[in-house]
Amino acid sequence: MASRAPFYILVSLLFLAGTALTLHRHIAFDIPWFPGEQRQTWSIEAKVDFEASGAPVTARLAIPNTQPRFTQLNQQTASPGYGLSFVEREAGTYAEWSKREANGTQSLYYKVDMLVDPFAIPDEQNVVQNIKPNVEKEPYATAAQMILDRATERSSSNYTLARELIHEFNNQEQTAELLAQIKPKTVWIAQLLQEAGVPARRIHALELEDGRRRQSLIEYIQVFDGEEYDVFNPETGVQGQAENLLLWQYHSGPVLEVIGATNAQVSFSMISQEQPFNIALNQKFADNEWLNFSLYTLPLEEQAIFKGILLIPVGVLIVVLMRILVGIKTSGTFMPVLIAMAFIQTSLLTGLIGFLLIVGVGLMIRSYLSYLNLLLVARISAVIIMVIGMIAIFSIIAYKFGLTEGMKITFFPMIILAWTIERMSILWEEEGAKQVMIQGGGSLLVAILAYMAMNLDWVRHLTFNFMGIQLILMALTLVAGSYTGYRLLELKRFKPLTKLDKS
Amino acid sequence: MSEPVEKLNWFQTMRERYAHPSALSKIGVLGMNRRNVSYISRYNPRHLFPLVDDKLQTKELALEAGVKVPDLIGVISEQHSVKDLSYILQRCSSGFCIKPAHGSGGKGIMVITRQSEEGYRKSNGQFANIGDLERHVSNILAGLFSLGGRADVAIIEDLIHFDDCFSGFSYEGVPDTRVIVFRGFPVMAMMRLSTAASNGKANLHQGAVGVGLDIGDGHALRAVQFDKPILLHPDTGLNMMTLNVPHWEEVLTLAVSCYEMSGLGYLGTDIVLDRFKGPMLLELNARPGLTIQIANGKGLLPRLRQIESLSHKKRMSIADRVAYAREHFTDHR
Repeated sequence: MASRAPFYILVSLLFLAGTALTLHRHIAFDIPWFPGEQRQTWSIEAKVDFEASGAPVTARLAIPNTQPRFTQLNQQTASPGYGLSFVEREAGTYAEWSKREANGTQSLYYKVDMLVDPFAIPDEQNVVQNIKPNVEKEPYATAAQMILDRATERSSSNYTLARELIHEFNNQEQTAELLAQIKPKTVWIAQLLQEAGVPARRIHALELEDGRRRQSLIEYIQVFDGEEYDVFNPETGVQGQAENLLLWQYHSGPVLEVIGATNAQVSFSMISQEQPFNIALNQKFADNEWLNFSLYTLPLEEQAIFKGILLIPVGVLIVVLMRILVGIKTSGTFMPVLIAMAFIQTSLLTGLIGFLLIVGVGLMIRSYLSYLNLLLVARISAVIIMVIGMIAIFSIIAYKFGLTEGMKITFFPMIILAWTIERMSILWEEEGAKQVMIQGGGSLLVAILAYMAMNLDWVRHLTFNFMGIQLILMALTLVAGSYTGYRLLELKRFKPLTKLDKS
Repeated sequence: MSEPVEKLNWFQTMRERYAHPSALSKIGVLGMNRRNVSYISRYNPRHLFPLVDDKLQTKELALEAGVKVPDLIGVISEQHSVKDLSYILQRCSSGFCIKPAHGSGGKGIMVITRQSEEGYRKSNGQFANIGDLERHVSNILAGLFSLGGRADVAIIEDLIHFDDCFSGFSYEGVPDTRVIVFRGFPVMAMMRLSTAASNGKANLHQGAVGVGLDIGDGHALRAVQFDKPILLHPDTGLNMMTLNVPHWEEVLTLAVSCYEMSGLGYLGTDIVLDRFKGPMLLELNARPGLTIQIANGKGLLPRLRQIESLSHKKRMSIADRVAYAREHFTDHR
C-alpha cells in the first residue's frame, strides 16, 4: 500500500491554507463572519457661507481623504449656478467652486460619507515637509527660544518635546501672551517643533458626534516620529487621536479660501449611519486599484454570477457526503446540485412542483417515444424539445391563471431535465417503478438538502467573502474521498449479519 | 413529559434497524467505500476494465485462454445488419439468447428457449416474432442497456442447457454461480436463483434468491431474498438447504483461471453449469456487489486479509490455490 502521508500532508496543507486565508480576510479586511453586520458611516456636510458683491468668486474648501480609521466612500456637492472641480494640490485635496458673478449671501454645500474603518488604506503617505525656518523679530525670537530650550531640557523624544512645549506655553503665561500678539499659539508650537528638527504641523480636525450641527474645526498639532504620527491637543497637551476625531485638513494648507467675497466661513453638521457591511465594502473597493484578491472589485453583475458559482462546491460537498457517508442513490451524480441551483432561482415549493410536473409528464410522453424505436441521440433530442414545449405550455397556463410563480419554471436546466427523464424512463422499464421512486426520491432529497445548505444566508456570505473556504471544502472532499468506513444505509443493509452471529 | 420517552423509542427503533459499525467490523463486513478504495482501485487496473465490461472481448479472451464459454452464434454491430438476424438465427437449431456486449446487471438479455412455427418461445413461455427480436437488437445497438447509453453491439450465443440438478430451485431463468476471486483465490461463492418476483432475472435486488455456498464443497449455507433469510424457495417451495453444486472443483478452477486471463485482482465471476459441457463462464465483473456477504452470513474482510497476508501466493498453481481455499474457507474442518 502506498504511503498515505503525502495525502494527509496535502489535505492538511489545503485545510491550513484555507483557514489562514479566511482568517486573514477576516482580520485584514474586517469582513465579518456573519452576514447582515452593520458598519458605521458618518455623513458630514460642510456649509460654506460668504457675502458676494458682484465680482467673480472662487471658493476653495479643503476636503478629507481616506485616512487611518476612516475610509472615504462618496462625496457630493450642492451649489446651484457654480462651476465645480476637485483639485489635488500639495496642500491636500480641494473642492473648488467658481462663478462669474455672484450677489448677496451665498451658501455652498459639500457632503462626504466616511466609513469607520480600522483597516483603512490611506491614499498617500502622510508626511510633513520641512518648512524653511522663519527669522523672527526681537523680542519674540528670544522669548520663543526660551520656551523651546526649557521644553527641550525636559523632553527626550519628539512626542515628549511636543507635550512639554504645550505645557510651557500654558505655564509661562506672560511669554505666551507676548508671542500670541503676532501669531496664534498653534502656529508657534508647530514652528518651534520644526526648528527643533521635529516634523510637525498644524491640522484641522472635526469632532464627530451624531446629530451635531454648526460645528467648526478644531486645531491640533500633528507630530511625527519616524513613520508614525500622533496628534496633540494644543490646549491641554493631551496626546492621542480620539476615536471620533476626523482629520479634515492635514496638509499644512488653509481650510477655506474665498477670492472675491467677504465674510467667508465654514460650518459642519454630521449624522452617523449604519450601513450593511457589503454596501460599505462595495463603495470602499469601487475604485480601489490596489491589488486585493476580492470579488468586490468586480462589477456588480459579475459579483452576482460569482455568488452563484461559489456556492456550487457546497452543493457538491453535500452530494459527496450523502453518497459516501449515507449511501443515498441519486440518478446522475451531480444532477441534484443543478436541481438545487434551479430551486434557488425558483424558491423551493414552486421549484418542487415544477420539477415533479415536468418529469411526470415527461415520463408519460417518453413512454410513448420508446414504442417508436428511435436511436438514442434522436430520442434524447426529442425529449429535450418536448421539455421545452412543456415549459412553454406550463408558463402560459400559469400566466393565464395569474400565477406568476409558474413562470419561474424556465429556470430549470432543460438538458439536465431531459437526461433525467430519459434515465428515469429506462430505469422504469428495466427495474420497475420502485427503483424510479428510490432513485428519483434520493435525487430530490439530496437536491433539497443541497438547496437548504446553499440557500443559508451565512453559507452564501462565507463562500462569497472568503476564498479560503473553497480550499477547506476541497480538503473535506478529499478526506471524504478516502473514507473507507461503512455507509449509514449499509448499517441497515447488513444488520441481518449481526443477528446471525448471536444465534 | 412524553418527549423524552419518544426520543428513547426512536433511539431504540434505530438500534433495532441499524447495526453498530463496530458490530459490522467485528464480523468483517466489507462496505462499499472500502471495496472501492481498498480493493477495486488497488487491485483492478483501470485499463483492464474494458476487457470485462465488454462481453465480446471477455469471450475472445476466454477462448484464447481455454476457458469454457457458451458458443457464439453471431454478432450484430451495425444498425443495417439487423435485418440479417433471421439469417444468423438459422445457424442454431434450438434455443439461443441475445445480449448486449456492454450490459450490466442482466439488463437487455433475451432468452429464447425454442424456435418453432409459432415463433420464438421466450423463457417465460410467451412467443415473440422476428420483428420483436429485431427491435430488441436495435435497442441494444442504440445503447439502451449499456452504461451511459453508449452505442453497443448485440451478441447472440448458444442457449445454456442448465443442469437438471437445479430444477425446482430456479423459477424460469438460468441459475448462475457467482464466485469472488481475490488475487487468484476463490474467497466466497453464492448461487443466484431467479424467482417470479424477480421476473425470471437473477438479479438480487429485483427479488432473486441468493444462496451462500461453502467454498469447501459447494453446498448451501444460507438463502436470502431481499436481504432477508429464507428456507424454502418462494415459488417452488423446495428446501434451499438441500442445494449442492456439482462439479465444484471444476467450478472453482474455472473461476480461478479467470484471474489468470483477466489480470484483475478483485473479480466477480459468473459461472453456469451446462448439462453437457459442464461449468462455463458467463461473464466477469470488475465491481462485484456486496450482497454475497448477506447470502453467506459472513463478512469478506477476514478472508481478503488472509489472502493479502499470504507470502508465497505468487508461486502457487491454480490447483494449489483452489485447494488452499477449499481447506481454509469452509465450515467443515
